[in-house]
Amino acid sequence: MELTTVWFILIAVLWVGYFVLEGFDYGVGTLLPVLGRDETDAGTDTDAVRHTGETRRRQMLSSIGPFWDGNEVWLLTAGGATFAAFPHWYATLFSGFYLPLLLILVALIVRGIGLEYRGKVDSRTWRARMDAMIVVGSFLPALLWGVAFTNIVVGVPIDQDMEYVGGFFNLLNPLALLGGLVTLTLFVTHGALFVALKTDGRLRHDARALGLKVGVVSAALAVVWLGLVHARTGDLVSWTAAGLAAAAFVGALVMAWRGREGWAFAGTFGAIALATVSLFLALFPDVMPSSLDPAWSLTVENASSSQKTLGIMTVVAVIFTPIVLLYQSWTYWTFRKRISGHHIPTDVHPAAATEETRAALAGER
Amino acid sequence: MDALDLARWQFGITTVYHFFFVPITIGLSLLVAIMQTQWMRTRNPQWLRLTKFFGKLFTINFALGLVTGIVQEFQFGMNWSDYSRFVGDIFGAPLAIEALLAFFLESTFLGLWIFGWGRIPEKLHASFMWLVHVGTVLSAYFILAANSFMQNPVGYWINPDTGRAELTDFLAVMTNPVQLVTFPHVVAAAYMTGAAFVLAFALWHLWRRQTPGGDLPMYRKAARLGAWALLIAGVAVVGTGDVQGKIMTEVQPMKMAAAEGLYEDVPEGEGAPFSIITVGTLDGTEEVWAVTVPKLLSYLATGSLEGAVEGIDHIQERYEQTYAGSELTEVEDYRPLIPVTYWSFRLMMGLGFAGMAVGAAVLWRLRGRDGEEDRLTSRWWGWAGALVLFMPLLANSFGWIFTEMGRQPWLVMGLMTTQTGVSPGTTTGEVLTSMVVFTLLYGALAVVEVALILRYGRAGAEEVPEDASYDPQDRSDDDAYVFSY
Ligand code: HDD
Ligand code: HEM
Ligand code: HEM
Repeated sequence: MELTTVWFILIAVLWVGYFVLEGFDYGVGTLLPVLGRDETDAGTDTDAVRHTGETRRRQMLSSIGPFWDGNEVWLLTAGGATFAAFPHWYATLFSGFYLPLLLILVALIVRGIGLEYRGKVDSRTWRARMDAMIVVGSFLPALLWGVAFTNIVVGVPIDQDMEYVGGFFNLLNPLALLGGLVTLTLFVTHGALFVALKTDGRLRHDARALGLKVGVVSAALAVVWLGLVHARTGDLVSWTAAGLAAAAFVGALVMAWRGREGWAFAGTFGAIALATVSLFLALFPDVMPSSLDPAWSLTVENASSSQKTLGIMTVVAVIFTPIVLLYQSWTYWTFRKRISGHHIPTDVHPAAATEETRAALAGER
Repeated sequence: MDALDLARWQFGITTVYHFFFVPITIGLSLLVAIMQTQWMRTRNPQWLRLTKFFGKLFTINFALGLVTGIVQEFQFGMNWSDYSRFVGDIFGAPLAIEALLAFFLESTFLGLWIFGWGRIPEKLHASFMWLVHVGTVLSAYFILAANSFMQNPVGYWINPDTGRAELTDFLAVMTNPVQLVTFPHVVAAAYMTGAAFVLAFALWHLWRRQTPGGDLPMYRKAARLGAWALLIAGVAVVGTGDVQGKIMTEVQPMKMAAAEGLYEDVPEGEGAPFSIITVGTLDGTEEVWAVTVPKLLSYLATGSLEGAVEGIDHIQERYEQTYAGSELTEVEDYRPLIPVTYWSFRLMMGLGFAGMAVGAAVLWRLRGRDGEEDRLTSRWWGWAGALVLFMPLLANSFGWIFTEMGRQPWLVMGLMTTQTGVSPGTTTGEVLTSMVVFTLLYGALAVVEVALILRYGRAGAEEVPEDASYDPQDRSDDDAYVFSY
């Protein structure tokens, strides 16, 4: 096989890794105000109402706590690998999709800070702010990657110097926006099923029910979108992958409906992976087709690095990717237990304590 | 201002900002790993408390290093796409390898460390912070290899068919002579920063009247650890910096001449002086008053007190001849901004020496004492504690400003000027938007981060239960997540 093909495949693998893994933590972040809303049937005692909501939110966040940063590195690696293997792809894509990428970067920044700093101050306003940052920071990338990938696959205006000349609003065409809704709803379903798999108590059941509901909508959107995309650029192989993705997704919903959370999550996992694969299959051998003139498209050939660089990078990737997979899987194994409400500690770090903490403690006594 | 100027400002702002958190992460991960290892070895609960205290501060700092690093990864494509096309064949590889080898390691094992207290056998848990540290050092190695290529391109040829720089020798890129001195210099400078961080908080608690008397021995331990690490790393920084100066003079003579503002050649045998401080006309061309050390510049540049040093004017002439005729390399002025190089070089060294002086003073003051009465009550110790952190931290920033601005107008030394690397397609409006957004966001984050660090730093090390054990066999599976969100 050509080294350029090998690297096309490897980059596809990195994006698959990013979407199947970070996909669920974007979903969990987006669902924070929905699954973690303050209960109204906990009685009229407002403190109890807030308390159950807060516990649920912390269950959700703890379920992704040890993983999200490692998941995000799949994106960083995909970016770095694109730079190394297809410098022109990297240059055209990120200078061309400038403003959407800026939005994604800002989202990832506020989200990371929200996740890391949320527990650092024990105050309602503080937590509400951090929650808002987590929600926005999870929602935006989940939406925007769908927009970006649709554009990449169906093609954008690229001139003979490999420069993107389409402007910002060109990226917001209806098909691309539909793609954004698809990734958003897919990730939300994936995230809901992850919460169902990783937590216990009421939250678990609510998450499963919600995953099922959003999943049905998502399935309908995804079928339309995949159909339109593959009708424009697909071939038999990419259609097959898309079909398998749809089948896996339906399987996931059936499993969720029957209460088999593990299988349901595996189903959305497979569906997201296969859908991503189908996009890359439709793309090949282009990496960024030009909508102006096919001769100006970036391809695995004209966008790539030298054979020498690709060869060295292949050796590095072949050795280290399995090692990374091994220890990342081990993390998931280590934290495999479901998290229920009583796992969430009630004590507050002295430095996090505020007036509010003291008032609450006084109230309890 | 056009897109080029804005892109330069944006790169400078975001990178210097990223590099506030990086040296703390590199240095502090080592010291926290040492503290936790000490706890495993001695079972002295003071070490456990220190591990948790500085571990918490570490995670607060790490968060910002992490999120600002994401921007770095994509910035080359956004604002410097012609640069990315020109050197991507060589420059992309270390970046990708860094992500694969280092970022996965850091992020995965830090997650395991934070959430693993009581869930993972103790020894294994203690090894995680070491792995995080290894990750940070690997990260530094690969990114610095990429940067060293820009300072001194090696292991490449210019392919006439593609018109870009392509790799011929990967090993040469990874063992660039500039890299081999830059890496130890930067890592040692990061250790100074981590050490100063520990020292700063320890001093502050030794100084404060509210610190419980029983905690004093613990903070003294931390202060000693920090001060020793600061001094040892400081010696390494000065030693490697000295070698770096000589290699730099070989590959970028203009930078050394600019570091002194030396316009005329100093021939062999005369010995060029080094000025500690100069008051001159604003553009730095005329000297009004100066404190100088004879022959020191010759020594820094060549290793000999009598060595010849080439002056700016001569180098300018030479470059005009060598680099004329190609769009990528021809500019009118090959001189960097002299006042910037001059002062940043001195501030780097000066702030580093000041930090080491504080470290030495602390060791002198604490020698042989372990008494309860021994608080560092004087105002001076309060100031020393507050300032010592900023000495190596800002020395790092000035070192980078010197390195990067001293390289100007080159983006890749001798191959490509900065103005030719910028993205041709992005508009001034786009770059302006991103620069404003990042600057405001980073400013806000700085406020939050500093407030949190102070909050947790002030609270001091938490008490731990007498029989503290974090071995999972001593815990029931239903225990709460110790460190959960
Ligand atoms: C704690 C921080 C710190 C301290 C005390 C020093 N340095 Fe430094 N220096 C750095 C932190 C740093 C740095 C930020 O890490 C740089 C920027 C790029 C690099 O390689 O390291 C740097 C760059 C740098 C360079 C430029 C290399 C180049 O552009 O190729 C030279 C010549 C020196 N240093 C020399 C010294 C000397 C002679 C020092 C002491 C007497 C010294 N440094 C103290
Ligand atoms: C691999 C690492 C690095 C690369 C590839 C790199 C590359 C660049 C590039 C492309 C520019 C823009 C050109 C310019 O305006 O001069 C630049 C400028 C700059 N960089 Fe670096 N840099 C790296 C590391 C760093 C670090 C770690 C720092 C400091 C903490 C730093 C500080 C600066 C500064 C201050 C400028 C502005 C100089 C100016 O505008 O004149 N750089 N660098
Ligand atoms: C301009 C080029 C640079 C790029 C593209 C870059 C990229 C990144 C990225 C993406 C991260 C986040 C990693 C994660 O998810 O854990 C990061 C963090 C880090 N970077 Fe940078 N970086 C640059 C400059 C530097 C330099 C010059 C050094 C060291 C000398 C460095 C050392 C580190 C370290 C130690 C971390 C991890 C610690 C932390 O997050 O604070 N970086 N960098």
